[in-house]
Amino acid sequence: MTTTDTTAGTATATDPALTSAALALGDDALVLAQRLGEWAGNAPVLEEEVALANIALDLLGQARVLLSLAGDEDELAFLREERAFRNVQLVEQPNGDFAHTIARQLYFSTYQRLLYAALAAGDTPLAGLAAKAVKEVAYHQDHAEHWTLRLGDGTEESHRRMRTACEALWRYTGELFQPLDGLGLDTTALEAAWLDSVTAVLTRAGLPVPSGSRTGAWRAGAGRQGLHTEHFGRLLAEMQHLHRSHPGATW
Amino acid sequence: MTAGTAGTAVTAEAPGTHAADAAAQAAREAVFDAAVAADERIEPRDWMPEAYRASLVRQIAQHAHSEIIGMQPEANWITRAPSLRRKAILMAKVQDEAGHGLYLYSAAETLGVSRDELLDKLHTGRQKYSSIFNYPTLTWADVGAIGWLVDGAAITNQVPLCRCSYGPYARAMVRVCKEESFHQRQGYEALLALSRGTEAQHAMAQDAVDRWWWPSLMMFGPPDAESTHTAQAMAWKIKRHTNDELRQRFVDIAVPQAEALGLTLPDPDLKWNEERGHYDFGPIDWAEFWDVLKGDGPCNDQRITTRRQAHEDGAWVREAAAAYARKHTGQPGEAQA
Repeated sequence: MTTTDTTAGTATATDPALTSAALALGDDALVLAQRLGEWAGNAPVLEEEVALANIALDLLGQARVLLSLAGDEDELAFLREERAFRNVQLVEQPNGDFAHTIARQLYFSTYQRLLYAALAAGDTPLAGLAAKAVKEVAYHQDHAEHWTLRLGDGTEESHRRMRTACEALWRYTGELFQPLDGLGLDTTALEAAWLDSVTAVLTRAGLPVPSGSRTGAWRAGAGRQGLHTEHFGRLLAEMQHLHRSHPGATW
Repeated sequence: MTAGTAGTAVTAEAPGTHAADAAAQAAREAVFDAAVAADERIEPRDWMPEAYRASLVRQIAQHAHSEIIGMQPEANWITRAPSLRRKAILMAKVQDEAGHGLYLYSAAETLGVSRDELLDKLHTGRQKYSSIFNYPTLTWADVGAIGWLVDGAAITNQVPLCRCSYGPYARAMVRVCKEESFHQRQGYEALLALSRGTEAQHAMAQDAVDRWWWPSLMMFGPPDAESTHTAQAMAWKIKRHTNDELRQRFVDIAVPQAEALGLTLPDPDLKWNEERGHYDFGPIDWAEFWDVLKGDGPCNDQRITTRRQAHEDGAWVREAAAAYARKHTGQPGEAQA
């Protein structure tokens, strides 16, 4: 029932660790695409309607390839319960104001770019996907960095909003570097590079690097273990409702 | 039309006298009329009658506004699309509409009106958008019905605009039409999947077509006899066919498509007329058309409120981008990523 018009999604991964890693990364991309899709028609300026949709579409494309490595993309997206999703909590956080969306994009796209660059250089079956995705994600990061600069160094109000957003989401960033089995990544090095990159952008934007803990009350790795925030259940209810209302139907 | 017909140059050669001014004006009009008659394109640098400019601004603005208001009923289903493939198709479509809005506001800018001015007129009800978007998208099938019928009607209206006498509008329409025909095929295909799906899916598709058919026919505007803009717009070759001609063309295309979809159209009077070589169709409820146009449609308030809210919520973002641009380039900033 699934038609995947992407190239890497034809083979299902047989290595269980790799399947589980593909699921985790696929869920990240799917959930963030879903959040960005909520912006449609509500963006602050027409150019951002195009840009946010562009990013959402890239992420949805990545999600479809990754989920297809783990199984049937639609079964995985629409028929799993909340506790079976493996995405990090950062991506499920509500859009908030534009500053929150940009802070979330900055943290996530910086991580994703480093991650995909490392995967593209490796020899797992995800290397092909990563090589394509890293180019898309480079744009996402560029977009987020430019807006971080504009908002941080724009008006008093935008500075205040961006600072609040960066601080609010900081606690969800530790989880990004929870090791994922099957990928053979040096997550310590990834995390150090992420901190350097984000610190540099925030500093250029005149924003303080948040000082709080990078993990919440839940230990790091919560989303990867299927522990989500309360927002996530509602996101899934909306996303899955129609599909679940017509069991077995094709669309 | 590229000849040097700028009004200032002509006036400068005939200083002072009213008679000379009138002669210069007549000469400019003659050049314009000849260009239109010869099917040449009028370009932004060319002289044009003020009424032609105003008519184009009205039409292009209304078209641009329709693209961005039209994002709302479809965006209503992005988060609920029933498969990832359909979600991707719908997101891309709504993104295309934002892109069409951008081309069209740019085309309007060549006539000396800014996007901000036009948005302000939309937000304050001084300019309109297509009334079709004042109907709600109640089920997933509405997304398919909009693609098939609303985009189909839009294409029927817009293909002739690719030959519009005003160059920037005509060129924008070439790009818009290519994307619209892609959307229409996707809408048709989505409806076909529903029509051939479960009983519940088929019923959903039929219900959507029943609700969207008549409003789609109204998209061509009032009957020719009551259309205030058609005659002048045709004389200027902004418009190439009358409302009723385009409506008939659309019906003739849609009827066999409905049959292929396995869906019926909600009009007992719809039948092939051998003599005319066209389908006859029943009377359109023009009272409903005028009600919706005047603001009493199901979603008029909702659409404008949502649009205004997005604009107001985004004000601080646009101000930040402008402030940043002033600090870093010394230029008045635009909130472009």
